Amino acid sequence: MIRPTLQALMSHWRAQPLQCLTLILGLALATALFSGVQAINSEARSAYAQAADAVSGPGAVLERADGAPIEQAQFISLRRAGWMVSPVIEGRTRISGTQIRLIGIDPLTAPQGSRAGQAALSQEDGTGFLSGGTLFAAPNTAAGLPDAQNIRAIEGLAPGLVFADIGVAQEMLKRPGEFDRLLLADEQPLNRPQLAEIAPELQLRTGGTEGDLARLTDSFHLNLTAFGLLSFAVGLFIVHATIGLAFEQRRAMFRTLRALGVPARLLVTVLLAELGIFAVTAGLIGTGLGYLIAAALLPDVAATLTGLYGANVDGSLTFRANWWLTGMAIAILGTAVASTNSLQKLARLPVLAPAKPRAWVMASDKTALLQAGLALALLALAALGVIFGRGVVAGFATLGALMIGAAFALPMILRLCVGLAARVAKNVKPQWFWADTRQQIPGLSLALMALLLALATNIGVGTMVSSFRLTFTGWLDQRLASELYLRASDAEQAAELQTWLAPRTDAILPLINTEIEILGRPAEVFGIADHPTYRDNWPLLERLPDVWDRVATGQAILINEQLSIREGLRTGDTLTLGPDWQAEIAGVYSDYGNPRIQILLNTDAMDARFPDLTALQFALRVPPDQTQPLMDALNEKFDLGPDAVIDQASIKAFSLEVFERTFTVSAALNILTLSVAGFAILTSLLTLSAMRLPQLAPVWALGMTHATLARLELLRAVLLAAMTLIAAVPLGLALAWVLLNVINVEAFGWRLPMYLFPTAWLILAVAALGAAVLASLWPAWRLYRTPPAHLLKVFVNER
Amino acid sequence: MLLEVEKVQKTYASASGPVTILNGVSFQMNAGETLALTGESGSGKSTLLHIAAGLEAFDAGSVRVGGTDLAQMNEPARAALRRDILSVVFQQFNLIPSLNVAANIAFQARLAGRVDPDWIATLTERLGLQDFAGQYPEQLSGGQQQRVAIGRALAARPKLVLADEPTGNLDEATGDAVMDLLLDLVASSNAGLLMVTHSERLAARLDRRLHLRRGALAP
Amino acid sequence: MNVKHFLIAVLCVLAGPLFAQGFAGLGTDADGFSTPTRGTELTFPEDHGAHPDYRIEWWYVTANLKGEDGKDYGVQWTLFRSALEPQTKDGWQDPQIWMGHAALTTPTRHFVAERFARGGVGQAGVTATPFAAWIDEWQLAGPEIGSVNMSAQGTDFAYELSMTADGPLVFQGDEGYSVKSASGQASYYYSQPFYRVEGTLFLPEGPVKVTGSAWLDREWSSQPLSDNQTGWDWFSLSFETGEKMMGFRLRQTDGAYYTSGTWIAPDGTPSPFGDGVFKAVPQGTARVKDKDVPVEWRLTLPDRELDVAVKALNPNAWMDTAFPYWEGPVMISGSHKGRGYLEMTGYD
Repeated sequence: MIRPTLQALMSHWRAQPLQCLTLILGLALATALFSGVQAINSEARSAYAQAADAVSGPGAVLERADGAPIEQAQFISLRRAGWMVSPVIEGRTRISGTQIRLIGIDPLTAPQGSRAGQAALSQEDGTGFLSGGTLFAAPNTAAGLPDAQNIRAIEGLAPGLVFADIGVAQEMLKRPGEFDRLLLADEQPLNRPQLAEIAPELQLRTGGTEGDLARLTDSFHLNLTAFGLLSFAVGLFIVHATIGLAFEQRRAMFRTLRALGVPARLLVTVLLAELGIFAVTAGLIGTGLGYLIAAALLPDVAATLTGLYGANVDGSLTFRANWWLTGMAIAILGTAVASTNSLQKLARLPVLAPAKPRAWVMASDKTALLQAGLALALLALAALGVIFGRGVVAGFATLGALMIGAAFALPMILRLCVGLAARVAKNVKPQWFWADTRQQIPGLSLALMALLLALATNIGVGTMVSSFRLTFTGWLDQRLASELYLRASDAEQAAELQTWLAPRTDAILPLINTEIEILGRPAEVFGIADHPTYRDNWPLLERLPDVWDRVATGQAILINEQLSIREGLRTGDTLTLGPDWQAEIAGVYSDYGNPRIQILLNTDAMDARFPDLTALQFALRVPPDQTQPLMDALNEKFDLGPDAVIDQASIKAFSLEVFERTFTVSAALNILTLSVAGFAILTSLLTLSAMRLPQLAPVWALGMTHATLARLELLRAVLLAAMTLIAAVPLGLALAWVLLNVINVEAFGWRLPMYLFPTAWLILAVAALGAAVLASLWPAWRLYRTPPAHLLKVFVNER
Repeated sequence: MLLEVEKVQKTYASASGPVTILNGVSFQMNAGETLALTGESGSGKSTLLHIAAGLEAFDAGSVRVGGTDLAQMNEPARAALRRDILSVVFQQFNLIPSLNVAANIAFQARLAGRVDPDWIATLTERLGLQDFAGQYPEQLSGGQQQRVAIGRALAARPKLVLADEPTGNLDEATGDAVMDLLLDLVASSNAGLLMVTHSERLAARLDRRLHLRRGALAP
Repeated sequence: MNVKHFLIAVLCVLAGPLFAQGFAGLGTDADGFSTPTRGTELTFPEDHGAHPDYRIEWWYVTANLKGEDGKDYGVQWTLFRSALEPQTKDGWQDPQIWMGHAALTTPTRHFVAERFARGGVGQAGVTATPFAAWIDEWQLAGPEIGSVNMSAQGTDFAYELSMTADGPLVFQGDEGYSVKSASGQASYYYSQPFYRVEGTLFLPEGPVKVTGSAWLDREWSSQPLSDNQTGWDWFSLSFETGEKMMGFRLRQTDGAYYTSGTWIAPDGTPSPFGDGVFKAVPQGTARVKDKDVPVEWRLTLPDRELDVAVKALNPNAWMDTAFPYWEGPVMISGSHKGRGYLEMTGYD
């Protein structure tokens, strides 16, 4: 009994291969977008975890409070007192001309979780690592250094890092006898003195620097995940529509089967099995596509993460079983969710229920009412979220409520508009057209909701990115006022450079920076000279009168917007920076792209606070036409690396590139989501067109030509898409507003002005209408080509 | 007794209040007997047929097929009844469009798990469908489709064939030919036939006829 | 002769491959490293210190202790030196690698800790005058070797003991030149088996004051092993008569044994005995870490009318270190009574 039933059901797909393709493709697309994003996230997360494991293990570290290096003797005293610590040194250097980040470790004392430490002890070349100067790096990183003789590729090491024995690293970095931090093993012996007794200048910090990374990048990944979920929601609409189609078209067959003696439960079971096959097939294709999407987007994501957060993520994707399983689960769950409704109906339906599909299309007033209620509730929730919500997660929840609420409100709005149009229409033809359109809204509503979401996201994200870009470029102009930026390799070279440059430049502005802790968070401190370069250009958001005079005295500081927003600090407030160090906040400056908090103070004050620091970086003021000659002269006269002298234009170009890459992923996902929505419209129209013959046949019989009917079908699709587009603009702007004023502030710590870009909407409008036309063209053409006999059959079959 | 219908009541809810379709219908059918059910449109003949096939529920009375009370059966049991004892021939054929003629004819026999290739071959030949075995329903004419439906109904060797205006969609000549075949095959497989028709001419060809008028059997 | 330590150092100092290269071919050649020669007179206190031109070396203390609570305890303190090259260098480039093992055995529990360090930076090392051997906070140090303090700790135990030698140093083999196989591998080997010990053990339950005796082994070499030796069973025994004995059984790939040892008179006079005289036969095994380890033995040495049963105080004295082995205190009964230490390798 099962076999003939299954064969009969499956024979439908053999007869309708296109529909089969639509179903699988729709489900696969939904899975692909979601799993693609998940793949990117899991790749990045594993890179952070690797970095954390490889450098420090998950444990705590000891560091000097003032950020100064730790002396070797201190490490020995700690070990000899029973403190299980292991030294780490870190820095940038060059290996055969390529800039790398070098990590020095001691494998003999490295904590158990340290991957590089374990590698050094388990590799055959361990002896080489300990005493032969052998370096370890992840395979990709090693491959990037083909000229290095002594480098070995080790699987599982953090990407972008080169590991050396501590002694080798000290030598390569020219920092003998120094460490940057000490890793604290999880297991410590029974008796050991207090840290303060042996090394009072060291302090314990739990969670390594890479922990910061995970925290910093959390908001970025949340962003991606939100996009992935949105795509999946849109995808679910498609799956729902295609499964609805598959059920509707076979309704007559279901009835026949039941009449021939197939029990309802068996039918449902067999259909479940069929759906299972589809879900697995689509899941396989979808996760495959997702992998491709992720592989295509990952380099940009990696670049973003490096540019924005300094996190190293390999540009290449690794296959991960758990990610794949999630993707499959989503495909299967998605199918289950999308088909529950249809299956339930089928199970409950009496055997001889009319085989006509209109029942499905015509949502009852009750459903419409429910939708409207849900829409209002969600929109109210979104409003509450904007007013009371705190934190990134709350921000995204607000966004979710706003978007889904608006989607649910859409059918109601469309019905109102179309109903109004029908009332206004004078002629019988338009009247019929509007009435017929109104009747189709429930059937098309899922696809239109998907379109609304895709369009609004497009507008919203587009507005945010463009507003950000506008602000960012203006800010770059202010921030990068000097013509040249120079980095010396050491203090000696810095002194030589200054002497040489003095007669050749208008001004040499030293840039000193270090790290301190402000209100328990790691913060950057920059020293800047009192100079018109800053006075005239620095992008201040808030200022006290005579802000620069105050800063020049050394008593006042400037803080970045991130610090101001996170701690609720305003100009005029006093900030405690250390046990005996308090300063007035004279101004707040915008600091886009920086995930950390930062303060600026006068160079002299900086020197007094941190006498050990010497300026190695300088901003140079020179007449614009002298820039290039001076750069050439500098490179000729001094042994400077290729990146040591950079002109303003290059930095700006680099910053903008980082900026653009940051949003490449958003843009790509945007386009994908829109195409998925277009696909949803196509599927829905196909479903409807099959069901609509009985409705169109009488109109045809009453004298409307095929061509007219087909034209009207096309017009209807375009009209509905246009109405959806109009609804999408305010929704998109609301989305942009939430992104700029809630999400950005929570995630990055900066607030941005919103600009409107109507031209972009126009382009989007053309794209959306184009998509609608494309999607409806085929169903309309099919209608146009429907032989009269088919239309006639409608009457023959009517009882 | 093949079919016993006793005081069957059936009422539909409609927008203008309940409408009584069947009002105390009673009749009996013996094995191998052919019975025509005639009446005006809306007199309830199709409903009666559907009730007898277990496709539709009824409000009061009893229906026994081969001695078993339909009211006592659950859905799977009624499905089994349709599969194993009854066959229904619909006015609109209700073939499975994605299966070819041969597969359609064999379908119900396969569902019932009683495939008899010789009998199916005989049926196919007598229905004149041997040249169409590989074709699909939409490639056939109405008369051919109905012959397929009859083949499907008889392939499982049912004890009772229920036919709902089997020639209603066919022209007179084709209808007569199909009718001849149906009666002939029913007779040769010793099945009973309950056929809804509004053609006096067709009704006259069956053993007995019942006339429904406003939900009740006319005397 | 004390083969056990050589094998540990050879196979395990840092768990395998790291030193596979450094020790490749050990036992068959010793390029660049010095090798022991018969007739070399050991000089003190210099030879208490390190010999970096030899591949491997150790300072190995085992102690049998009795607590105020009446319970028996055992303590192990070991510092291994292993050279990648026959020289020392300043700082991290030093090719001398150090490893510490510490253990504390009670009748029911066995605590183990392990440390690694590089020479050259001061994290571990040995000086002869004043005598001090250390790795991290663990140390074996005194004004001189006859009077030392010994301490070590792990996450859940610690001990601090002071040890005073009541007798002379004992030279194993031929005046400290100890032959290890028929093919002639040898090491320099001397012991101090006469330590009197008192101090405190720190257990999870609290501190316990203890007294007892300890035995120090000092050994260094560059080519100590024969290819066909798979593991060993080594005994250091102190009898109530004041006599002591060191004996071992080397297991060979062909199933045969090579046995040897030294009988030590109460005044410290050593009498070495050659292959086959001393016999050790396992009497019972214990299941430790999924391995069957012989923790009950019958030892015989007809020359001295010795016929004793040796039984582990705690059969679970497994050293779960980078290269694992069994080492723990034993109780002696039979013709002679007393306490001692047993070490077994090659059972994993």
